Amino acid sequence: MARQISFADAINEAIKEAMRNDENVILLGEDVAGGADLDHLGDEDAWGGVMGVTKGLVQEFGRDRILDTPIAEAGYVGAAVSAAATGMRPIAELMFNDFIGSCLDEVMNQGAKLRYMFGGHAKIPLVIRTMHGAGFRAAAQHSQTLYGMFTAIPGVKVVVPSSPADAKGLLISAIEDDDMVVFFEDKTLYNVKGEVPEGHYTIPIGKADIKRSGDDLTIVAIGKQVNTALTAAEQLEQKGIEAEVVDPRSLSPLDENTILKSVQKTSRLLIVDEANPRCNAATDISALVADKGFDYLDAPIKMVTAPHSPVPFSPALEDLYLPSPEKILAVVSELIDDESIVTI
Amino acid sequence: MRVSEVQQESLTAEKAKWMYQKMVEIRRFEDQVHETFSTGTIPGFVHLYAGEEAVAVGVCSHLDDKDYITSTHRGHGHCIAKGCDLKGMMAEIYGKATGLCKGKGGSMHIADVSKGMLGANGIVGGGFPLATGAGLSAKLRKTGGVAVCFFGDGANNHGTFHEGINQAAIWDLPVIFVAENNGYGESTPFEYASSCKSIADRAAGYNIPGETVDGKDTMAVYEAAQRAVERARNGEGPSLIECVTYRNYGHFEGDAQTYKTQEEREQHLNELDAIIRFREHLLSNNLATEDELHSIDENVRQAVADAKEFAEKSPMPEANQLTTDVYVNYKPGGEE
Repeated sequence: MARQISFADAINEAIKEAMRNDENVILLGEDVAGGADLDHLGDEDAWGGVMGVTKGLVQEFGRDRILDTPIAEAGYVGAAVSAAATGMRPIAELMFNDFIGSCLDEVMNQGAKLRYMFGGHAKIPLVIRTMHGAGFRAAAQHSQTLYGMFTAIPGVKVVVPSSPADAKGLLISAIEDDDMVVFFEDKTLYNVKGEVPEGHYTIPIGKADIKRSGDDLTIVAIGKQVNTALTAAEQLEQKGIEAEVVDPRSLSPLDENTILKSVQKTSRLLIVDEANPRCNAATDISALVADKGFDYLDAPIKMVTAPHSPVPFSPALEDLYLPSPEKILAVVSELIDDESIVTI
Repeated sequence: MRVSEVQQESLTAEKAKWMYQKMVEIRRFEDQVHETFSTGTIPGFVHLYAGEEAVAVGVCSHLDDKDYITSTHRGHGHCIAKGCDLKGMMAEIYGKATGLCKGKGGSMHIADVSKGMLGANGIVGGGFPLATGAGLSAKLRKTGGVAVCFFGDGANNHGTFHEGINQAAIWDLPVIFVAENNGYGESTPFEYASSCKSIADRAAGYNIPGETVDGKDTMAVYEAAQRAVERARNGEGPSLIECVTYRNYGHFEGDAQTYKTQEEREQHLNELDAIIRFREHLLSNNLATEDELHSIDENVRQAVADAKEFAEKSPMPEANQLTTDVYVNYKPGGEE
């Protein structure tokens, strides 16, 4: 069997590959190594990131390239923008995407706009790696899914991988890309294992992947929700319904063609997005298909999202907050007009 | 610069015993959360305050319900010192419907606005502008109240530190900024992350008093806070107090803490421990007897056990709670 590693290790490998290939690649963020300047640790890191994703990198690349920062997101994300504009190729780790509240100016008004405002005389080859997603009992300020916000900003590319192999190939592409990329890592995927090729490889940003083929219904799902959709699709198969599961992998740019072609084939569309329901990726993809694929549709476009509320702490509520295979089946039963689907 | 000397009100035996009780409540509560968390009963992650009791209690002993505090991700100690109910707190940490925030906030967001406790906070540096705003509100509403911003050494490098303190200073707001310098922002030493020698030094940039005290010496914190609170209540503006302290546990539960040395940990758990030292202070100054302190210890042990039992037996929130409390008034589809 091919080699299986975790989503976290796939990201670690991608950073290693990119750093070995280009000495201008640096990693900076809060406790990305940890334990800076402590003699008793020697060249060991104390943490390697809060979830241990960047563990061991400091031993190979040293503290000049693996930079622990103060807890000051505006400071180091802004510095990463400017380091990128002046010849470096930084990876800035924003520990939780919720912390964008502390550094949105650096992303939205600086990094995203410099190239345009300077008439194309600058480029920002910067990756902001950030953790998102509910299900970790981390409450309202550490659990949001904010990729929709970034998708709305011209000048930012947005990548949301759903599997370890995609994470590695997409992250290497993001680091080697000459534009600013915000790279979303779902914290509940870090321990998920999958087949991951060794060495350097890339997956193009802007190319969707059909994770499962089917003729009856298209489910476009984002990030971790690809797995939720695949589980639902397996259950639908028992009913003789073949769902096609499309993983856009990047939301900006969005592979419109793959989504439209799938809808043309199946005539039905359901989008699964764990972000809040207003102005999110699901509404964006709905608008795309309503605009460019209306004639393909035999039924209204449906969405399964989180409710219009912050992420609750209590496990009893957080479990209700997230999309689930059951919620997907309930909506599919409306799309296919078969109530028995709900009781699978 | 040192806060102007004000008439030091001597600590009464009653107040001293209240302070000791609050410190023991914090320690026992956190030790209980530590123990229970390891069994997997508590969801999510928790950041424990044990070791830093002298700061929360030394400061909050000068406050009442009309005064506000803002807190941090390490907020349990501030909650207890400000008078939050142990049962409601523990239930919140368990995510139960009977929690202070109905289980919606959890450890990192415990709040009790009726006690002036404006919430633990998941965002480092989140408290500075919030405390400044609470101070502005107290001043304009002429309540006589003050606002205290507790923050860690990590937050002292955050941009909001500058914006919050500067605003409080230019408007002479009744705000006390209390740095809890426990030596590490997450796993990163204070000395690495901060360009200043002490956080108190930064007060000079805002033309406000700043002083550094031994944050494990309860009386030192108590006295410094008394000067700063008095100054704030007199309309003389904000102050900054840096309390040098130590957290007995990791940044969060599960942190291997390899950045600490065994020697420093043992020293802080023993001869430098704030509760041991405050206990000795009370006894040697005849502010309490061994019997009285023993009885406080026992009562607290029971109160924390009761809180745990209450949390365990409480129900989870009902499903309809998922989308309530987002707004005061909101019609999802708009007006008809």
